[in-house]
Amino acid sequence: MTAVKPSSAAANRRNAKRRTLSATGVFAVAILLLWVLVALFGPFLAPHNEADIVSDVNFTRPTVEYLLGTDYIGRDVFSRLIYGARTTLATGLIATLIAECLGICLGFFAAIRGGIVDSVMSRLNDALLSFPHIMMGLVVIAALGSSIPVLIATSGFVYASAVYRIARALAMDLREKEFIEAARARGEGTWWVLSREILPNTTLPLLTDFALRLSFIILFMSSLGFLGLGVQPPTADWGSMVRENMEGLGSGSLAPIIPAAAIASITVALNLLVDELSRRTGRIYGGARE
Amino acid sequence: MLNLIGRRALQGLLTLLLVSFLVFAGTELLPGDVAQAVLGQHATPESLQELRVQLGLDRPAALRYVSWLAGVIHLDFGVSLASQVPVRTLVMDRLGHTLILAGLSAAVAVPIAFVIGLGAATRPAGVFDRISSIAALCVSALPEFFLGTLLVLIFAVNLRWLPAIAYVTEFRSFGQMVTSLAMPVATLAAVIISQMARMIRATVVNVLSLPYVEMAVLKGVSYRRIILVHALRNAVGPIANVVALNLAYLVSGIVVVETVFVYPGLARLLVDAVSSRDFPVIQACVLIFCAVYIALMLLADIAAIIGNPRLRHQE
Amino acid sequence: MNRRLLDIQNLTIESVATRKPVVRGVSLAIAPGEVLAIIGESGSGKTTLGLTALGHIRPGLQVASGRVLLDGADLLSMGPAALRSMRGRRVAYVAQSAAASFNPSLMIGEQVIEPALVHGIVPADEARARALELYHDLSLPDPANIETRYPHQVSGGQLQRLMAAMAMCCGPQLLVLDEPTTALDVTTQIGVLEAFKRAIRQQGAAALYISHDLAVVSQIADRVVVLHKGVTQEEGPSQAIINAPKASYTRTLLSAYKQWAPGAVAAPTATVGSPLLTASNITAGYGQNPTRGPRVVAVRSVDLEVHRSSVVAIIGESGSGKSSLARVIAGLLPSASGEIHLAGTRLPKTVEQRSKDQLRRIQIVFQSPDVALNPAHTVEQILGRSLALFGGNRRRERGALVRDILEMVQLPAEFARRKPSELSGGQKQRINLARALAAQPELILCDEITSALDTVVAASIIDLLRRLRAERGLAFIFITHDISTAASFADEIAVMYRGEIVERGPTDKVLNRPEHPYTKILVDSVPQLEAGWLEAAAGRRECLLASGGGVTLAD
Repeated sequence: MTAVKPSSAAANRRNAKRRTLSATGVFAVAILLLWVLVALFGPFLAPHNEADIVSDVNFTRPTVEYLLGTDYIGRDVFSRLIYGARTTLATGLIATLIAECLGICLGFFAAIRGGIVDSVMSRLNDALLSFPHIMMGLVVIAALGSSIPVLIATSGFVYASAVYRIARALAMDLREKEFIEAARARGEGTWWVLSREILPNTTLPLLTDFALRLSFIILFMSSLGFLGLGVQPPTADWGSMVRENMEGLGSGSLAPIIPAAAIASITVALNLLVDELSRRTGRIYGGARE
Repeated sequence: MLNLIGRRALQGLLTLLLVSFLVFAGTELLPGDVAQAVLGQHATPESLQELRVQLGLDRPAALRYVSWLAGVIHLDFGVSLASQVPVRTLVMDRLGHTLILAGLSAAVAVPIAFVIGLGAATRPAGVFDRISSIAALCVSALPEFFLGTLLVLIFAVNLRWLPAIAYVTEFRSFGQMVTSLAMPVATLAAVIISQMARMIRATVVNVLSLPYVEMAVLKGVSYRRIILVHALRNAVGPIANVVALNLAYLVSGIVVVETVFVYPGLARLLVDAVSSRDFPVIQACVLIFCAVYIALMLLADIAAIIGNPRLRHQE
Repeated sequence: MNRRLLDIQNLTIESVATRKPVVRGVSLAIAPGEVLAIIGESGSGKTTLGLTALGHIRPGLQVASGRVLLDGADLLSMGPAALRSMRGRRVAYVAQSAAASFNPSLMIGEQVIEPALVHGIVPADEARARALELYHDLSLPDPANIETRYPHQVSGGQLQRLMAAMAMCCGPQLLVLDEPTTALDVTTQIGVLEAFKRAIRQQGAAALYISHDLAVVSQIADRVVVLHKGVTQEEGPSQAIINAPKASYTRTLLSAYKQWAPGAVAAPTATVGSPLLTASNITAGYGQNPTRGPRVVAVRSVDLEVHRSSVVAIIGESGSGKSSLARVIAGLLPSASGEIHLAGTRLPKTVEQRSKDQLRRIQIVFQSPDVALNPAHTVEQILGRSLALFGGNRRRERGALVRDILEMVQLPAEFARRKPSELSGGQKQRINLARALAAQPELILCDEITSALDTVVAASIIDLLRRLRAERGLAFIFITHDISTAASFADEIAVMYRGEIVERGPTDKVLNRPEHPYTKILVDSVPQLEAGWLEAAAGRRECLLASGGGVTLAD
């Protein structure tokens, strides 16, 4: 006795409600959009170049000329913040794209193939997951040195294993559904089943995972930057900016706090968005940070 | 059940072996070799050769791995390239500090997370739930170096209540230990409290929505008894799992926190070793952190098994 | 009625969010010791109404008006403490799914005596002794040891009895039973039902029995209230409602309820010529390597024949292997041994090995309307894919063809643009069928396609199948656990029991003159409307089980 009969009007109302965001959702999207615009048009907005030493005085208080003061060698913090948005967002996005593509392809593949292929892949993945991400990053950087390509490739690869697990679980859930059986019964190939039957039903959960993964990767990369193992100077990167200016903290300078707050604003906004999206999918995301 | 736990433990051990292999292989990824990395580009061929022989790099990699592993089993991690001190001495100096920091953070975080998570779950959508949920969501997304620097700015620079750095080799008094560890512990605890509270709330809310809880209500069972007997009995496995997962997260958090507060712990040793490419130290530290992490993951698995009556009563 | 134990007066319950009423102005009363049944389909508000007898309103709902009096006291205005002391002690509840209603982490015994302990009625020893008595009364096997077991270690039928024991443990004045046998197989249901009836009578308790099944209700209730969309349709003594229904909804319900009675069976059509499909000596199962010695055998040495435009029903209970057989025929589960021939040619074992034409000729329709259609696709895409795949139709022609097919399953053309979430259960099942029809098949495998639907909707789907068969000469393999439906539609019936077909023949012969002892029990377990059937059938069942024949049933 489980048959539900939503009238089509009720269903339409439900769909309409789905498309609107709550207030926190709008707030989160606004913050993210703002940073994306800053990253895109950074050079036009920044009063100074990211590497230019503009003042003889380091750690000045905010003034009209230097809106957020100067850093440890007298560069303009405001300008570096704007340039840093580019580095931080671009490296984070590319790494997330790599992680998602790799994880989804392998996860779906394992779920569809099943059997021994799936068990071997999943066992290996479990082993990778039992390696704390930061440790993996440290070992790779110790070996290869830190550069932007190494950072992106490492983050992408390290986080792919978590994506793999989610993508595989999503596909496994769907694989048992009768509409997949129906597709198999009419002789559809693997590619059709994956692209037409499974993928359209996983867009929202995968999108949610993308936002969550992006926030984890930004945290991961900026933590490496903060440890002095991320993007190397003079390129502005938020994590590295916090580290460079730590010595100013004792004198109450805002130079280390501001880039840290910028990272926080993005990761918090992403998590608010994830919370909003996961209410719709009914899946719980987040939990332990990875 | 014991069978299942035994199998998981064996899996954990195998994973640790794999990790040791990866850690070792990591150094083999080097474009040149360790000697080249240590001496830099301007080293003379003679000095390079000398160091290679000294480090045993002239032997095949497989052989070096086996002898390194044999050393590790006897807690012999080799000698630091940077300071020529046995790695074991360096590690033992620092390990205690890290354990104190992690232990205190866990001791503070677990009960607080429990109270917040349970409090929110017993009245879903109430005022406390709404405020704590949004706060937990935000805090769980903050980078530790933001929380840490913010605390320093407020309590050390502006209010001058606490020292900015936790640079201590020995704690002279309990009071001094509390003041120097307050901020590092608060930073580490904040992130895991918020994560744990969210996950505990979700677990308990989920259990409370199950039909057997409604059945208990209809049997006339009191709310207290429903929470303590019916809900917690089923949530305890998942919650223990949540706690273990979050304690495992401390391994990552501690790396950043020790750097923020210049705390002389194992993670700080590791980060410095990565900067100076002191491979024996890196290998030792990474292996220790991974072993702890794997052990906690294993505990999480065991908690999940014990919490599931189907698995618990498997014949 | 002199004294009213439960008196529901003009009760309206609505959704908090939409303010749409779920129960509208319902009044009913139960006298001490009386059994009143509420009958209705899904969405009729019967569970919501039943829970008000315990003063419980589910989250998301609220009382708009009305009163619920238990012995004169209004439950809806009672404080939490008063409600708590009443629940489980004076009124007790038996839920539909015992498996979900027992706490998986607590031993059964603890849960059964919990109401008695929390209300402080008797000390633990006494409660345990009383529970033991109830286990005997409810014919539970091994009553002495059942209390130390965990819910997952006990069968579904036993759990349902145990929940009744839990409810009766405090000796309540009123029992609310919400579809307590719906989740059970028919042969299990009859035993549980009989135990319930006996126990209720011994307790002298009144009962509110909620069900969708008229026959079940007619066996157990003194009076019946018919509920439809939250409104009372009619009320009266059970036999009066069944024999002389007044409300039009009750009449629809009764006519949809194609009561199979001995003798009333569709006339078989002549089966001449060579069969369309023959399956011989099929063995199949699951495990690492299902084609070579499956670990779990689901189907064992099965033979089956289906003639053109004929209907073969496969009946059996859950786990009997009937769905696995359908999957073998469809090529989804490769058999370990045996052969299938379609119109004389041997069919390869798997979908991948079969030709497009072979796939087209046999179509399968699945059970659950909610998951059989891809929620991301529109009806047009769903039907269009079958058309493109099997008809080779061009995109332009497809629009018209989709309309034709929708008409075939009696749905308007504008449904083509809808997604499955915008359709009702019955409509989804029609689309499900339409997808099979789009391939222009010769044989359709229907796997429990009516079991998730309400009686009236299911009857209309069967009418549709009957018409399709007459107009288009389609053959069907109709898999069901519902013997009445099979009887009203099939020419031939095959009875499956533990992976084997134990009896096969014309519908009339199998149902009216069954030979195998299992078929006898199965056929005799289908609830009938006439008074006294339950006791008689339970007696016959005992005799059959005692006389052997190798049949053992779940309890």
